[in-house]
Amino acid sequence: MLKVEEIEVRYSGVPVIHDVSFHVNGGELISIVGANGSGKTTVLKTVAGTLHPTKGSMEFENEDISASTTVEIVRKGITYVPEERRIFGPLSVEENLKLGAYIVNDREEMEKSLDYVYGLFPILKTRWKQLGGTLSGGEQQMLAIGRGLMSRPKLLMLDEPSLGLMPKLVDEMLEAVATLKKEGNTILLVEQNVREALEMADRGYVLQTGRTIHEGTGQELLETDIVKRAFLGL
Amino acid sequence: MEMLVPTIISALLMGMLFALVALGLAIIFGVMNIVNFAHGEFLMVGMYTAFLTATVFSIEPLLTLPIAAMVGFLLGIASYYFLVRYLLKGPMLAQLLGTFGLMIFLRYLAMCIFGPDYKTLEQGVLIGKSIKWGSVVLSYPRLGTAVLSLIAFGIIYWLINRTRLGKALQATALDVEAASYMGIDTERMRGLAWGLGGATMGIAGALLTNFYYVFPTIGILFCMIAFATVALGGFGSIKGAFIAGLIMGLIIDLGGTYIGPHHKFALVYLTYFLVVVFRPQGLFGW
Repeated sequence: MLKVEEIEVRYSGVPVIHDVSFHVNGGELISIVGANGSGKTTVLKTVAGTLHPTKGSMEFENEDISASTTVEIVRKGITYVPEERRIFGPLSVEENLKLGAYIVNDREEMEKSLDYVYGLFPILKTRWKQLGGTLSGGEQQMLAIGRGLMSRPKLLMLDEPSLGLMPKLVDEMLEAVATLKKEGNTILLVEQNVREALEMADRGYVLQTGRTIHEGTGQELLETDIVKRAFLGL
Repeated sequence: MEMLVPTIISALLMGMLFALVALGLAIIFGVMNIVNFAHGEFLMVGMYTAFLTATVFSIEPLLTLPIAAMVGFLLGIASYYFLVRYLLKGPMLAQLLGTFGLMIFLRYLAMCIFGPDYKTLEQGVLIGKSIKWGSVVLSYPRLGTAVLSLIAFGIIYWLINRTRLGKALQATALDVEAASYMGIDTERMRGLAWGLGGATMGIAGALLTNFYYVFPTIGILFCMIAFATVALGGFGSIKGAFIAGLIMGLIIDLGGTYIGPHHKFALVYLTYFLVVVFRPQGLFGW
């Protein structure tokens, strides 16, 4: 479905991603793990069209997307749920969700997506009128994910969904991600909770200073020295 | 004191026009975080559009409203796509000086084309008429302007708060990057914000033409009032622009009546100064 090959990405001229390759097949949950500053978020933002690769190629459903704008990417069916949630604080929960379906022109379809998201996160339904900014951290994360699902994307990219949540909520959030996968969503996950992220993933990639240095099934990666030493403290 | 009630009523009527003028500035600032110094010149273009359309084709001045709105809209859009878009890539100073340059350009372009003369409309449904109601005398132009300003304000408020496009505009104002992840074409929203700001000024200008002189440098006066109004209401707040517009009307008219007409604009700047010092976020800002 998504195929990224040997991309290089620069921030104002300076390369931060040197050589990253990975692919995502339909229905898979793929985890990308790596230390802070290894370039995980940059990779997601590049797929999302906010940044563009200076080398290498990116294909989605066999179409080149390396020069596509964010709007085009969203219309092709990839949504990005950004780090730190970035919900629209002064707007209500439902207004936030409806903005997630901005590209959906069919009202009925939009209502269906709304039902789907409310089914997934019932707490959002009870708070539909509340302003986004007044929700707790966990609820805001649910809202951000729900908003990302509103356009019923073919690929959902989640950037650190458990960031800044208390431990109990971290587990809940990751369970929600697992549920999404079970329901047939294709997910590209970037997580700091390396063990959980790799355990639940079909496959994973390890990123280090802008390079993919390992790939394999979640279990395989958990066995590698670098993951054991650098992330699990074994 | 028998002047008090009529002055207050007249001031509130004028305040509605100030609110409309401030609204245009607030929309552009809200979406872009850019202060449009050429804002008063948009008003001036609206005034000349209304004046010329009304005199050249001898039509009722109020019927020129849609034309002035359209011209304002196009002027706003053109300013964004031909100038502001490029300014955004430059340093902060470029953004400041850029719209300042646009202000000077438009002002002296008008001077060049129309000359420095003051012009007034002499015919129209509202012009020169008034209604007497006890001790209160209301001039038709002020009354009509207030009502139409209120309607225009209401329409734009509805557009921003109740439509899908308006929500997208708000999302862009709140967080450009997050808005783009929703598939919102944020570049288009910015252009639209300038268009809406321009259209608002076109309407305000056409209304003002009914009871005020048209001349090339009128922009500076209303631009300063608009800045003070928006600062008072809170930058980017629509509700704030409305309330502050009414307050500004009261300050100018009450000040003009009871302190002296030559001090009334000094009071505007005094208000601005006090707001900046004591409540920089304005009444409804954050």
